[in-house]
Amino acid sequence: MDIFLDTFLNWQIVQDAWPILWQGLQATLLLSALVVPLGILGGVLIAVLSTVHSPWVKWPLRAWVDTFRALPPLVLLIFIFAGLPFMGLDVGAWGAVAIGFFLNTGAYYGEILRAGIESIPRGQIEAARSTGLTRGQTMRFVVLPQAVRNVLPDLISNTLEVVKLTSIASVVALPELLFQARQAQSVTYNATPIMVAAVVYFILLWPLVRVLSRLENRQLAGRR
Amino acid sequence: MTGWERFTDSFFNARVMAEYLPKIIDGFWLTVVLALCIIAAGLAAGLALALVRAFGIRPLNWLIIFVVDLFRALPPLVIIVLLYFGLPNAGLELSGFVASWLALTLVLMAFSEEIFWAGITSVPKGQWEAARSTGLGFVQTLSYVVLPQALRITIPPLTNRTIAITKGTALASVVAVPDILGAANAGVSFSFNPSPLTLGAIAYLVLFFPVVVLGRWIETRFAWKR
Repeated sequence: MDIFLDTFLNWQIVQDAWPILWQGLQATLLLSALVVPLGILGGVLIAVLSTVHSPWVKWPLRAWVDTFRALPPLVLLIFIFAGLPFMGLDVGAWGAVAIGFFLNTGAYYGEILRAGIESIPRGQIEAARSTGLTRGQTMRFVVLPQAVRNVLPDLISNTLEVVKLTSIASVVALPELLFQARQAQSVTYNATPIMVAAVVYFILLWPLVRVLSRLENRQLAGRR
Repeated sequence: MTGWERFTDSFFNARVMAEYLPKIIDGFWLTVVLALCIIAAGLAAGLALALVRAFGIRPLNWLIIFVVDLFRALPPLVIIVLLYFGLPNAGLELSGFVASWLALTLVLMAFSEEIFWAGITSVPKGQWEAARSTGLGFVQTLSYVVLPQALRITIPPLTNRTIAITKGTALASVVAVPDILGAANAGVSFSFNPSPLTLGAIAYLVLFFPVVVLGRWIETRFAWKR
């Protein structure tokens, strides 16, 4: 037990490593504040495009979405970070993460929002158009607000996954929480910094998990 | 060299691809094995926890809820790193494969427990009472009446979640497992050419594209009429 406490919850090391971890936490928060809106933007684009009923739009769009849903995000990230420089296109760690998340999480948000839009009866769109609203206005004032409400649990769930996923940025040496924890661990030869990082992630995301668990239970139970 | 030649030479270099194809194929099978081990253990553990939770033993249920919340909140990569780089500091060494398997199994266990449990609670209380009043025991009611109905409605969310977590096998490359991504990364650093990464990306698409399409089909096939 002493060995366990000494290696995983060593108070002295917590104090020493905290400044480094704090920088990492700030980068993680900044990164989340960057990639979540980017992903939602990509998702809205995909969802709005999916309302176009032309096979020239529908099938390429579906192939695009399924490709980025099939490719593990880490593979995409490394491809952008380590592959593109060979073409003389070096976007750096932040750039690679931004592009990768835009493509990957955009596809996921897109699928969710598309399901939301499809849950709105066509009659509403026709009614809105017949009152004189344009296509864009119908989308913005009638369809999207209801669509978002219908798929809110899925949107929150995906956002939770995106924030968790920012930890893969450590692989391309972006100094976020997990990367900083690894740095601190390699200096101290002690696992406490990683443990602290895990605790920080848990404190940060637990409230979201609780909310989600309630929403999902209600959603699944409500299907009967 | 024109831009196009430079592009094909970098990303579709036949010589480099031929050299590293066998390694990527080995990685492909390793990824498949890892994924299957995760799915088998994770779903079994998740169902077991949901069943234990159905017995309604308070302190035990709080523990289950905490464990589930814990592994839903922690990023999988953090768990893998903790197991692989952290445990050796306490004198316990896991191989990269075992660390990745254990971490992703725990994550899938947490998510699937939540889904199985939601399925079980979605069966109306009246059915429990009716089944019990016909003389079925608690376990019989659970296995013959509740579970068959519960499992059916869990299929779409379970499929999607399983696919998402299985894609996490790529994280194993971080702890030196020569899976598809691990083999591709090694190929890039040896050949100084990103073609192995292209091969790796294709391998992942070959593996997961059909699964994603299948998931989409299952979602419509088992969709509940609103």
